[in-house]
Amino acid sequence: MMSERFSAAGFATLFYKELLRFAKVSFQTIASPVITSMLYLLIFGHVLEDRVQVFENVSYTSFLIPGLVMMSVLQNAFANSSSSLIQSKITGNIVFVLLPPLSHFEIYAAYVLAAMVRGMVVGLGVFVITAWFADLSFAAPGWILLFALLGSAILGTMGLIGGIWADKFDQIAAFQNFIVMPLTFLAGVFYSVKSLPGFWQAVSHLNPFFYMVDGFRYGFFGVSDVPPLASLAIVVVTLLAVSTLALHLLRTGYKLRH
Amino acid sequence: MTAAIDVRSVVKRYGSFEALRGVSLSIAQGEFFGLLGPNGAGKTTLISIIAGLGRPDSGEVSVMGHEVTGDFRAARRALGVVPQELVFDPFFTVRETLRITSGYYGIRRNDAWIDEILAHLDLTEKADANMRALSGGMKRRVLVAQALVHRPPVIVLDEPTAGVDVELRQTLWQFIRRLNRDGHTIVLTTHYLEEAQELCGRIAMLKQGQIVALDDTRALLGRFPGGRLHLGLSGAPLPQMLEPLRLDDASAPDSLAGPVRRATLRIDDYAAIEGILATLREAGCRIEDMELQRADLEDVFVHIMRDNR
Repeated sequence: MMSERFSAAGFATLFYKELLRFAKVSFQTIASPVITSMLYLLIFGHVLEDRVQVFENVSYTSFLIPGLVMMSVLQNAFANSSSSLIQSKITGNIVFVLLPPLSHFEIYAAYVLAAMVRGMVVGLGVFVITAWFADLSFAAPGWILLFALLGSAILGTMGLIGGIWADKFDQIAAFQNFIVMPLTFLAGVFYSVKSLPGFWQAVSHLNPFFYMVDGFRYGFFGVSDVPPLASLAIVVVTLLAVSTLALHLLRTGYKLRH
Repeated sequence: MTAAIDVRSVVKRYGSFEALRGVSLSIAQGEFFGLLGPNGAGKTTLISIIAGLGRPDSGEVSVMGHEVTGDFRAARRALGVVPQELVFDPFFTVRETLRITSGYYGIRRNDAWIDEILAHLDLTEKADANMRALSGGMKRRVLVAQALVHRPPVIVLDEPTAGVDVELRQTLWQFIRRLNRDGHTIVLTTHYLEEAQELCGRIAMLKQGQIVALDDTRALLGRFPGGRLHLGLSGAPLPQMLEPLRLDDASAPDSLAGPVRRATLRIDDYAAIEGILATLREAGCRIEDMELQRADLEDVFVHIMRDNR
């Protein structure tokens, strides 16, 4: 007898469980990153407001807000799936997900979608709080949503990969601090890559996070360092690449089914 | 009839270590089956493979006729596993945990059955307590409840009574016996051999990744017709020629305590008793007390493990 292709109830339950997990500790998972981003804005915005002009007729604080929102979306999407998986692996309760009849695709979809929700909720929180500090335009709102969704999906998937790969908290912290954090900070959150020397501009263009931030920011100002369609293509390819890897790891049971 | 669990030539290696060396085993529907063996024998590895938590290097496993990797959904729906480790998700209450587990198996609105399981396992009062707030024994009960939440026909319990109190053991075995009477197949691993002897109709003994005995519990006990002879002696000391039969006295009955010297002798055959008594008499030993203990599963286990060195 062939197995059913997709268990909607199984997927929905794991998705719900992942949402409930971060909702139960919402002060840590939602409120804290919103406050951290607000502090970034207050400090960087105050110090650099009169010294840096990135786009014409756009204040530095206005320029900074989309970057901070996207940074929050990305970091929290990563944090959600990676922390959930590594905690489950270390405490052993990952068996509750591995014993039931859940396919690798259902596990992937549930973890990544829950990570996207957390990223989007935190991003919205950061946006609502920081939007009071500057005038923002919305040149192309569809692009804002599209890049936020794609970016959170990429980072949620990377969190899943990191969580599968890591055997201890130290390793997931290294993944976050040595890969995710530098790629986010070097993605033009706080500056336009055009302000960098030529070599570093070229290096920045190798960073897929740059295209997520640049495309997202285009949605606000209608201006970007790279044409938004090119950014979109690179972001979609990145999502496909990390998703293929994550699905392969889940299907083969790498570090999960011994 | 389709076997509840069918294991065919399963080999599992971890690097150069061979955890399972061609294990084959068939467990019929409705059996209460014991899987015994010393630590590291491969019991948990075998259960992991049956449950889909591990993958064999070669060989095949099916549950209720469903191959565990190819037809994993049907195989896993047919199986409930109580893991050996005392694991729990600290974010949720008992009821949330059971609802979530139920949902993983595609069963929504399962509260009537969840309430029934909670009642049978004396967990009703703890239904809304967070998992972190439960004692070890209570957490163990929740693990059992999780294994039963989707009403699987086959239930595997990997050392479910390790470190739990007598009351829970009795509650648990009562419930599991009832499930077995209702037609569920039960597979049990335990280090408490008296539990296995009392509960299991058939037993497999694993050693170093191989099955070294597989038989009805009665037949296994019958393989070793001897037992232990507990003696309370006075007069001359135990004769030298009986010393090789002497066993650790720990299992001697309390009635033998006192000023008399205690000695427990291994007897492989009841016919040997006559010779032992004659030897004692000739040596000048007076028998103050004597008790014969039939071979139990522990004796059988020790024999089999010793014979398969």
